[in-house]
Amino acid sequence: MAADKPKMPIESGAPDGFQYMHPTMRRNFGQWKYHERPRPGVLKHVAHSGDEIYTIRVGTSRILDVFTLREITRIANELGDGFIRFTIRSNLEYMVDDEAKVAPMIEAIEKAGLIVGGTGPTITSPSHTQGWLHCDIPGSDASGVVKSMMDELVEEFKREEMPNRVHITTSCCQINCGGQGDIAINIQHTKPPKIAHELVANACERPTVVARCPVAAIRPAMVDGHPTLEVDEKKCICCGACYPPCPPMLINDAVYTTLAIWVGGNHSNARGKPTFQKLVAAGIPNNPPRWPEATALVKRILKVYKEDAKDWERMNDWIERIGWFGFFEKTGLPFTKFHIDDWRGARNSLNASTHIRF
Amino acid sequence: MPKVKIYDTPMLDELENGEWPSFISGIKRLRDDHPNERINNMVNGLLGQLEHSYETRMGWWKGGTVSVFGYGGGIIPRFSEVAEHFPESKEFHTVRVQPPAGNFYTADILNKLADDWEQHGSGLQTFHGQTGNIMFIGSTTDEMQPFFDKINAYGWDLGGAGPCVRTAMACVGAARCEHSCTNEHGLMRHLVNEFQDDLHRPALPYKWKIKVSGCPNDCTNAIERADMAVIGIWRDDMKVDQEEVKKFVEAKGRDYVIDNVTDRCPSNAIKLNDDNTVDINNQECVRCMHCINVMTKALAPGDDTGVTILIGGKRTLKIGDMMGTVVVPFMKVDTMDQIEALVELTGEMIDFFAENALEHERTGEMIERIGLVNYLEGLGLDLDPNMVSEPRQCSYVRMDGWDEEVKKWYDKKAEAASA
Repeated sequence: MAADKPKMPIESGAPDGFQYMHPTMRRNFGQWKYHERPRPGVLKHVAHSGDEIYTIRVGTSRILDVFTLREITRIANELGDGFIRFTIRSNLEYMVDDEAKVAPMIEAIEKAGLIVGGTGPTITSPSHTQGWLHCDIPGSDASGVVKSMMDELVEEFKREEMPNRVHITTSCCQINCGGQGDIAINIQHTKPPKIAHELVANACERPTVVARCPVAAIRPAMVDGHPTLEVDEKKCICCGACYPPCPPMLINDAVYTTLAIWVGGNHSNARGKPTFQKLVAAGIPNNPPRWPEATALVKRILKVYKEDAKDWERMNDWIERIGWFGFFEKTGLPFTKFHIDDWRGARNSLNASTHIRF
Repeated sequence: MPKVKIYDTPMLDELENGEWPSFISGIKRLRDDHPNERINNMVNGLLGQLEHSYETRMGWWKGGTVSVFGYGGGIIPRFSEVAEHFPESKEFHTVRVQPPAGNFYTADILNKLADDWEQHGSGLQTFHGQTGNIMFIGSTTDEMQPFFDKINAYGWDLGGAGPCVRTAMACVGAARCEHSCTNEHGLMRHLVNEFQDDLHRPALPYKWKIKVSGCPNDCTNAIERADMAVIGIWRDDMKVDQEEVKKFVEAKGRDYVIDNVTDRCPSNAIKLNDDNTVDINNQECVRCMHCINVMTKALAPGDDTGVTILIGGKRTLKIGDMMGTVVVPFMKVDTMDQIEALVELTGEMIDFFAENALEHERTGEMIERIGLVNYLEGLGLDLDPNMVSEPRQCSYVRMDGWDEEVKKWYDKKAEAASA
């Protein structure tokens, strides 16, 4: 039998969400009036029509095996209305239009080992990257970091007791796919790449790699008869940007690849303009399987934030009020020369005033 | 149970302790309890290699080139560098799939997708990756085409990967949020579905990401993470239900409202009156959303809604972090003509990026290099003081065309006044 002719793809793009949307949400599209949070993990939205929709927000392991996924869908079909969505932080959400369905669903969700919470001023699900499970350039395993950390922060996922919402992110390389967060736990490399010179010419498009370096530290070279690349280690900032286009320039290291913690990233325009996260701690060992040093530091920062910040202050709002002097004083974290920026535009981050805190 | 030796995973086993749901327990269930031996074996290899990563503190996957017929990107190929030790998962590719706008699913469609992935892949999936794709994680090269053909036939398409238009993202928006200022889902689909050719066949200098948020709370993190951020906003007066304001003030107390609402207004545009109503100075309001977030029953965005467009957001690589910056302060997107104008502008932005960016340069970096004015002029966009935090402060600029530029400004004003 002749092989089937290959089928051209149907370039349908992003599907229409309406076909998978709860009928109450379809009916009241664009007609919502307000919302309340009857309990942590539950949202109640009320439409101008008087219709109501209840949302139960759930923390999961993010990487879902098919058994867990079928348990999630079973709960939706048997106890709910059959509708599910995911927030951009991978929180799972069930939507039902009858308040009476909420309590039995919560019971079933918790029985299935999932966690109800993540609404309002909680530590909601961290957004994170693939790590050692699937990425080709990871210095760490974000899934493991998140699992270990959330085991210790789970009560703050379940209770709405933080000053405002807390978004945590983790990333396995300095590209930072986890994104900006109130707290970010990200890989920080501390040594230049180790180059397998005999492999470079075959594996890498060398001009591309030279162009990729943010500090122009890479140049073509000949080593032991191999056309290759060399790194000016005095200039190198150990960012790892050369590694994805040139895997023989190995940046990851079992010892010198470490973790750093950044705080105060906030995507929202509420109150101040959006902010990027800032370095507060580094040199944290990349210590699987449970990364206890990273979790301890995150908890230390969160404890001070929870005690000291006022209602509605996100991490960046709080630090703006107490100042960075106040942040380092209150957390007891060391302030080093590495905290002072020297990248382009850095002078704008210096204090050009007599606004001094004591 | 797999008929091969199960790899020991003492370090991974530590991640089965604790209350937060464990991805390791989930993967182990596939290894130990799944009726399909192919899945048992593949996942056994995966766990073996992951344990090896935990022990060596190194990753052991490398990329490659795998796609489906007719497309250039969308599959993330992974070949094991330690396949001699863990041959069962030597090929472990991920299929990126574009989600529905707003990330809506029925339980039934999730089951259908999972059934098909179970037949062709590892039984592992993630909703969603950081750009917004559904990720079906782990299978061999041979299984990519049959899996894609199956799900493509009932409405699912591959996502973006590489230097191309990427999978787009929209917030929950008008489907459930009282803050929504636009049809986020509709805009997202119009914007990304028009450019599927540029999404499936990577040919741009680098990524082009589009995110749509329905209000300035920007729940999709568009300003920080997208080359093109489309954010719902309003330009008329905020809506105030003074009876609800009074109820809120009576329930919470005046001190609470002063501390948490009026004092937190970034432009001092809201005032609490003696009779427990509020006055809003809508000319000075910057539409930050804070008071509306706190008093969701009493305050709401206005009715004359549209979108603000910010261009050039990205993370560090290569010249440093960049927020998107305003290039269109306000645009109506109520009618199909207006939406088509936005789609057309998007196409021009993608074309300008394709023609002017250097290899591996994002739009924000290109604008940094050429200057915002060249970008705006290239696209024919009107200047507006809302595009800057402050005007130029350095006098080192040649300004011998001043009078012509002033004339352009007054001509635009006159044109707007007569329209």
